[in-house]
Amino acid sequence: MTTEAKNEAQDISEEGGVDLAAEIPVMGEAAERFAMAPQWQLMWWKFRRHRLALVSLVVIIILYTVAIFAGFFAPKSADPTELQTPSYTPPGYAHQTEYINAPPMPIHWIDNGTFAPYVYAFKKTRDPKTLVETFVATDTKIRLGFFVPGDRYTVGFSSVPVCPPEWSENAICKLIDPVLGFVKTLAFTADIHLFGPINPEDPFYPAGADDVGRDVFSRLIYASQVSLSVGLVGVFLSLLLGIFLGGLSGLVGGWVDNLIQRTIEVLRAIPDIPLWMALAIAMPPRLDPVYVYFGVTIILSLLRWTDLARVVRGKFLSLREDDFVTAAELDGVPRGRIIMRHMVPSFMSHIIAQMTLSIPGMILGESALSFLGVGLRPPVVSWGVMLNKAIDVVVVINKPWLLLPGLAIFVTILAFNFLGDGLRDAADPYHV
Amino acid sequence: MLTYILRRLLYMIPVMFIISILVFLTIQLPPGDPITKMIENQRLQQGRVFSEKDIEMMQARFGYGDPLPVQYTKWIGNIVLRGDFGYSFYKREEAGKVIADLMPLTIAISLGSFIFTWIVALPIGVLSAVRQYSIADYVFTFIGFIGLAIPNFLLALILLVLGLTTFHTSFTGLFSSAEIQQAPWSLAKVWDLLKHAWVPMVVIGTGGTAGLIRIMRANLLDELHKPYVETARAKGLSEMRLLVKYPLRHAMNPFVSGFAYLLPYLVAGEAIVAIVMNLPTEGPTLLNSLLNLDVYLGGGILLLISFMTLISTLLSDILLAWLDPRIRYGN
Repeated sequence: MTTEAKNEAQDISEEGGVDLAAEIPVMGEAAERFAMAPQWQLMWWKFRRHRLALVSLVVIIILYTVAIFAGFFAPKSADPTELQTPSYTPPGYAHQTEYINAPPMPIHWIDNGTFAPYVYAFKKTRDPKTLVETFVATDTKIRLGFFVPGDRYTVGFSSVPVCPPEWSENAICKLIDPVLGFVKTLAFTADIHLFGPINPEDPFYPAGADDVGRDVFSRLIYASQVSLSVGLVGVFLSLLLGIFLGGLSGLVGGWVDNLIQRTIEVLRAIPDIPLWMALAIAMPPRLDPVYVYFGVTIILSLLRWTDLARVVRGKFLSLREDDFVTAAELDGVPRGRIIMRHMVPSFMSHIIAQMTLSIPGMILGESALSFLGVGLRPPVVSWGVMLNKAIDVVVVINKPWLLLPGLAIFVTILAFNFLGDGLRDAADPYHV
Repeated sequence: MLTYILRRLLYMIPVMFIISILVFLTIQLPPGDPITKMIENQRLQQGRVFSEKDIEMMQARFGYGDPLPVQYTKWIGNIVLRGDFGYSFYKREEAGKVIADLMPLTIAISLGSFIFTWIVALPIGVLSAVRQYSIADYVFTFIGFIGLAIPNFLLALILLVLGLTTFHTSFTGLFSSAEIQQAPWSLAKVWDLLKHAWVPMVVIGTGGTAGLIRIMRANLLDELHKPYVETARAKGLSEMRLLVKYPLRHAMNPFVSGFAYLLPYLVAGEAIVAIVMNLPTEGPTLLNSLLNLDVYLGGGILLLISFMTLISTLLSDILLAWLDPRIRYGN
């Protein structure tokens, strides 16, 4: 059934009551369409009714798109000093020290009646009496533009080769090599940015600078890569643990069920943040950032799989008694096939909804740990790591723009909560 | 009822045992032996060399140098039998004394936020359900979602900033001055505490309140449209009496069992809010002791806050059994 047909049915039913005789057959048709629609279609219709969830879905898609193409959306790089190599100096690197702790630059969009965005360059002055450093806007206009060249960045996984040398005999590799021979890894490098100063040497701080003169706005965008993926990776790990242990609990029953249920109770009795703190501190201090990232994610999932396990167990327990499972059993379908083909698909939507609702907890956990300085550490940049600079109230009062990552966390968590609510309602399309 | 409580109490013992093993393993996780490190630090920083006798004493007390299971047995044995939590090498004090100083305020703040959560969530949840889709419902749902989405450490930070810039008072700490904090308990001290404690209580309670409002609203909505409510209404029961006597009682169950998990949540929130707001509770001390490999202090705090949450689970179960005879008499 097409969307138009559904809309048509809706339009008619909304006019309802005007001409009953004309309405009934159409209603009948609509009802039939409703009855014939596949389950995912029903879910989509139900989900669509939840406006906030729909908006949240769009917000989340935007957030993840920005995170994937962070280099393109960020006007500058997260840490220009890191990009510097003997052969490459990132543009705009030179002025970094002049803009330490600079406040956000207001963007002016119209210049002399035409659309020509610009910002004023800042100059540092010192109050002769109080000796406080302040930034004042100079008359120098820094022209801004769309699709401007800037720092070089990489999108994708630069460590994943498309065709590793040992695959050179592979048929597909042979096929794509003459055409896309220049694509060596699952990544591309570019220096075009969506928005930024036309002259890449110019400073541009739309959301202020931090204590070493890095652009907070660009860092915010780069940080979303870590903050948003911690939620996904963590939930994926919890899902593996939750489905395995919850499934075992629900399917096997008996003492296995008892043991797993008691374990869940113990884990839920321990306050999460103190235990996370203890585990995070136990990680070796000079660990490679990648391992720290996975370490933190594993620590987060160690306590958070219990929610998913409970849902999975409950579903297995109730489905075990259901008619269609009994029917399959009587037909002699092997047990593994019953689980994978009959039981799991019937509660997958619930799992997805529950997963969506678990992501905010993960993101919150990571940011709380990094905020305290025991989670992710620089040079990794996440929203929590950025907020760590704002742990002191005096700093926040003087540089309120350092709290921006908090806003990002807030928006993300709100969006995931609404989306999860909508998905949970939609997961059961037959429930009115 | 008594047998039920007794059974739940007995059941706590193995759970506490497992938690104690988990806590012990967690504090032993950092590489290296903490006592060896401490001896080394003391030698390097203060030139203090531990005598043979000191080390012998430490072996007797903590099982220093013994294998882990022996150390664990000594550690938990000291705590359970003698109330001896070991020694805090960082604070240079008996760990038990440090914990005893911190715990009353920690419990007070946690309970305070707990009561705050309840007092706020119950009426608002009921109101949101009874007046579904009213302006009040939308406003509270909206505020609830904001409360759920804002990390409480961020809320604490924002309130601290607002306090300093707008109200010109500092929300940090629990007392007006260090003298008052040191002073023995008096009515004036309690009053001073109350004046300061409401801010962290509200901050810690916000997230939990939002969650509980949603639970209450959803459950009450499920009940409100059931036939028995109609019947009672048809029989002429006043709306208020009807609500309190029937659907609310039903809807209370998930609400009460939900708060078994509320206290761990509040204690966890308390830990991080206390660090931001610099409260004299376990949060900052726990972080410092963990960072400084002060194992006995850190372990003791972890153990006690887990114990606290277990007690809260017990209380919620007892309350649930009291509310719902099916649980009391069923299996």
